[in-house]
Amino acid sequence: MEMLTLSHVAKRFGEKQVLKDVSFSVPEHTVFGFVGKNGAGKTTAMKLILGLLASDGGEISVNGTPICYGNGSASQSVGYLPDVPEFYDYMTPEEYLCFCGEIAGMSKRERKARSEELLRLVGLEQETRRIQGFSRGMKQRLGIAQALFCRPRLLICDEPTSALDPVGRRELLDLLVNAKEQATVLFSTHILSDVEQICDEIAFLHEGKIVMQGPLEKMRKKRKDTLAELELERKEDAEFLLSEFPFLESLGRNRILLRETERLPELLRVIADRRLSILCLERQEATLEDLFLEVVGE
Amino acid sequence: MKAFLKKEWMEWVRTGRFGLLLLIFALFGIMNPALAKLTPWMMEAFSESLADAGIVTAEVTVDAVTSWTQFYKNIPMGVIVFALLGSGCFTQEYQKGTLIPVVTKGLSRKKIAGAKSLMLLLAWTLAYWLCFGITYGYNEYFWGNGAGKHLFFAGFSCWFFGVWIAALLAFFSAVTANSPQALLGTGGIAAVCYLLGMVPKADRYLPIKLMEGMPLLQGIREPGDYAACMAAAAAVILLSAGLTAVCFEKRVL
Repeated sequence: MEMLTLSHVAKRFGEKQVLKDVSFSVPEHTVFGFVGKNGAGKTTAMKLILGLLASDGGEISVNGTPICYGNGSASQSVGYLPDVPEFYDYMTPEEYLCFCGEIAGMSKRERKARSEELLRLVGLEQETRRIQGFSRGMKQRLGIAQALFCRPRLLICDEPTSALDPVGRRELLDLLVNAKEQATVLFSTHILSDVEQICDEIAFLHEGKIVMQGPLEKMRKKRKDTLAELELERKEDAEFLLSEFPFLESLGRNRILLRETERLPELLRVIADRRLSILCLERQEATLEDLFLEVVGE
Repeated sequence: MKAFLKKEWMEWVRTGRFGLLLLIFALFGIMNPALAKLTPWMMEAFSESLADAGIVTAEVTVDAVTSWTQFYKNIPMGVIVFALLGSGCFTQEYQKGTLIPVVTKGLSRKKIAGAKSLMLLLAWTLAYWLCFGITYGYNEYFWGNGAGKHLFFAGFSCWFFGVWIAALLAFFSAVTANSPQALLGTGGIAAVCYLLGMVPKADRYLPIKLMEGMPLLQGIREPGDYAACMAAAAAVILLSAGLTAVCFEKRVL
């Protein structure tokens, strides 16, 4: 069952065509990584899904319900965490969450219980002071709580980890993984290590189009072969190997790169025969970042 | 809408805007009779030095009308304070992005615009009638309010001018990007009205005339003379409310 479907979605701001022909779908109960460079159009796509912007073409549906600009009833099944969540600073976290519940039409008892539950989940249950004094990380956690408050079927997070320290980032990623049990998570980012850690599926957005998408495992198989990096003690040994094996590449300072790793035994045999002194031999796993850079042509 | 109206109330109270507004209007309310009461004493105290300068002061008699004259002189200042405090009602939320979670949770934009406009109306009404009430109370205590004619109609007319300002403020705050622009728009309309007031025949239709309470108190004008400008103000209020709802509906958050 697809929770979210975008079909040939286009959006233009004046002369700038931000989204050209975006099509992808997000299966239920997955964490979906929406990857793209800054300015690729991720936030625009998310605002279209939320009904905060009107599209210039194509169709969007959430859980089978078509989304159009200002469609409040459909957006109630969607939770949204903006990149920089802002709240009413004069409220306490509990007051803010109860306010969210009240505008969504929850009963007083229900919103009280739900806010206590979510504040506990995000670790803010002890915070009775106003939001004014909150750190960025605390605001991000409260943002997750407000996004999950109405038990959305789809949770949309716009670069939620980009400005957090490593601890805050880890905590937020854990919260997103846990959220998968109750909701489908669409998570935009340009931090590919986050995608590798928590996403089940990914889509790369580049120049207004989806250039690649699919399950993370499948993407991993699309990566380039692994590489090997060799560092020699003496410059003349490095030069000898480079002249002997034309497929090697120099990385400078006696370092050599081997792209065809199946030829490593051949290389090691020569090193052993000639008793060349090596400082380091390292296998390098090609990362998702390499794949991303390859698909965006950089 | 009730939830959002409660939030608006909390915002006005907790950010200190409401307290400041009430404090200033209460001070105006006290100042009006106080200045009237102190005028004879001040004239007497300065009469000798004024006589040295060649100015002869006669005995001054003050009554409630003197105090109401002060009231209608001070109210424009009160309107400016109100406009300064209320101009950010939409723009502050646009700048911070705080309306996005509210809209995505399904609250209709019409209800948001309605709650914000109602809160402006409530703030103006409470502050204005507090000022009016204080002045009325002191006047009644010192002199009795019998000297002024059409006292409450004049008060209502001036309050209605504030409602006209509140409607313009809500509209300009909804369509502009920041508070100074909203103030400029509202002030611009008021200034145009003021300038048009110089055209003799246009004068009777201009909402700015609603602030002129003294001719009513002095019996120079009758309430019927204000019918045209009140109708014009009501039309602008309705038009502004409609445009606020339409423009806010289309506004990209």
